[in-house]
Amino acid sequence: MNKWSDNRAWWLVMPVVLIVAFSAVIPLMTVVNYAFQDTFGNNEFYWAGLEWFRDILRSERFHGAMGRQFLFSFIILSIEIPLGIGIALAMPRKGFWVPFCLILMALPLLIPWNVVGTIWQIFGRIDIGLLGATLDSLGIDYNYTQNTIDAWVTLVVMDVWHWTSLVVLLCYAGLQSIPDAYYQAARIDGASKWATFRYIQLPKMNRVLLIAVLLRFMDSFMIYTEPFVVTGGGPGNDTTFLSIDLVQMAIGQFDLGPAAAMSLIYFLIILLFSWVFFTVMSYLDRAEN
Amino acid sequence: MKTKALVTVLYIVFLLLPIYWLLNMSLKTNEEILSTFSLWPQDLTFANYIVIFTDPSWYNGYINSTIYVVLNTIITLLVALPAAYAFSRYNFMGDKHLFFWLLTNRMAPPAVFALPFFQLYSSVGLFDTHIAVALAHCLFNIPLAVWILEGFMSGVPREIDETAYIDGYSFPRFFTRIFTPMISSGIGVAAFFCFMFSWVELLLARTLTSVDAKSISATMTRTVSASGLDWGVLAAAGILTIIPGILVIYFVRNYIAKGFALGRV
Repeated sequence: MNKWSDNRAWWLVMPVVLIVAFSAVIPLMTVVNYAFQDTFGNNEFYWAGLEWFRDILRSERFHGAMGRQFLFSFIILSIEIPLGIGIALAMPRKGFWVPFCLILMALPLLIPWNVVGTIWQIFGRIDIGLLGATLDSLGIDYNYTQNTIDAWVTLVVMDVWHWTSLVVLLCYAGLQSIPDAYYQAARIDGASKWATFRYIQLPKMNRVLLIAVLLRFMDSFMIYTEPFVVTGGGPGNDTTFLSIDLVQMAIGQFDLGPAAAMSLIYFLIILLFSWVFFTVMSYLDRAEN
Repeated sequence: MKTKALVTVLYIVFLLLPIYWLLNMSLKTNEEILSTFSLWPQDLTFANYIVIFTDPSWYNGYINSTIYVVLNTIITLLVALPAAYAFSRYNFMGDKHLFFWLLTNRMAPPAVFALPFFQLYSSVGLFDTHIAVALAHCLFNIPLAVWILEGFMSGVPREIDETAYIDGYSFPRFFTRIFTPMISSGIGVAAFFCFMFSWVELLLARTLTSVDAKSISATMTRTVSASGLDWGVLAAAGILTIIPGILVIYFVRNYIAKGFALGRV
């Protein structure tokens, strides 16, 4: 669609710019400020240059959290995206059950994240939880507070439980926009199920899928509440992801300098990924028009 | 056809099982939770819910959460509507960069902002108020609302605007009388998303409040660490936090699929 060119449109976006500037730019400047300075207390600061960045980039603790974070996001995406597509394809396309399915599927998305944590914390316990008790009675040695693998499995299953519906709903919306005529044409041409998926359904889903990958990657990359409630970052540091580590450093230990430097590195990674996704998305937009 | 239905049903069962377990626990006494293992309450009790509805430290959490969520939704929609209109209708200097910058805020980890927010709101005297949390949640809700609304608005042909201006409508009158009703489903969806992301957030809400504006999620996590073992009440509190979500989703059920695609299908 052609748009009008008019710089007065800035007046319309001004309120947004002001509020976001107040709630994002000013705090971010504080972070930048801390990242380059050191203090002995008493609000006396002196210039530290790149020292904090050097420390953070060399520290084992940061490397560990970063590695775990990427591994976690990678596992989450490789499970949730295919599973979400599969379930969206399996859902009924119309009929009495559709709104019912949609509401039930959206349910986990609306539960406060700490309650999600609480639900799985309880669900996985051997003494009072259904999952833990079932596994225990099957003779499987399961304990998410002691065993690293169990903790990871619990967190991954929890995240799949929590967020796969988002992928399903996005893909489902993409599928709904395909006119029946396309399917009829495919049937006349004798297209196999795979061909229908590959050449009709997937191309119609690619934009929503991109949104799904973007949202899932970003949200899993900054996951905090759920692992904080379920495992608290343990056993040891085995489920300490970037956000948990950062909050521990900033609010727990009040190490302003390192925490600020880490925030900036964290933020830059996010910025880089957003930019890549955004470029791909506007490229697809242009290709479509 | 059979396998497809089976997949859907299995997935929904997988989603509902943990929620059912929470409901199950909320209707038991603590002794029963810890002593006997049963798939449904043997000795049905509503005592856990009564605790929440009679103890101000519990029910105030719900009131506080509702206040800042509603405040946040109102602020977000008020500023996001004109901005989304600008992005969907006009080319202006720096529009692409501005849009990207807004989106990066949706992607920014709240953990990065927790400490600076605490200092910022303390220094302007807003610490432990509802408005502080509402403003902090604008960080990710405004970009999302602009994004969703822009998608819905781009679906409305521009000829409608042109016709209205030729008919002598001023911009504010056109916007409030004609345009806003046309995208009411988009506004509903945007409000739903604002509600959802503000309601589920814990870290910022917990960092910015202590007593007067303490959110229900903060109340819940603090109870866990303090007393530790009152599973029944904790489960009941969890069930009660799910109910507003169900209510809100019921209102937007017809638009939910399109809404989740952010108006872009």
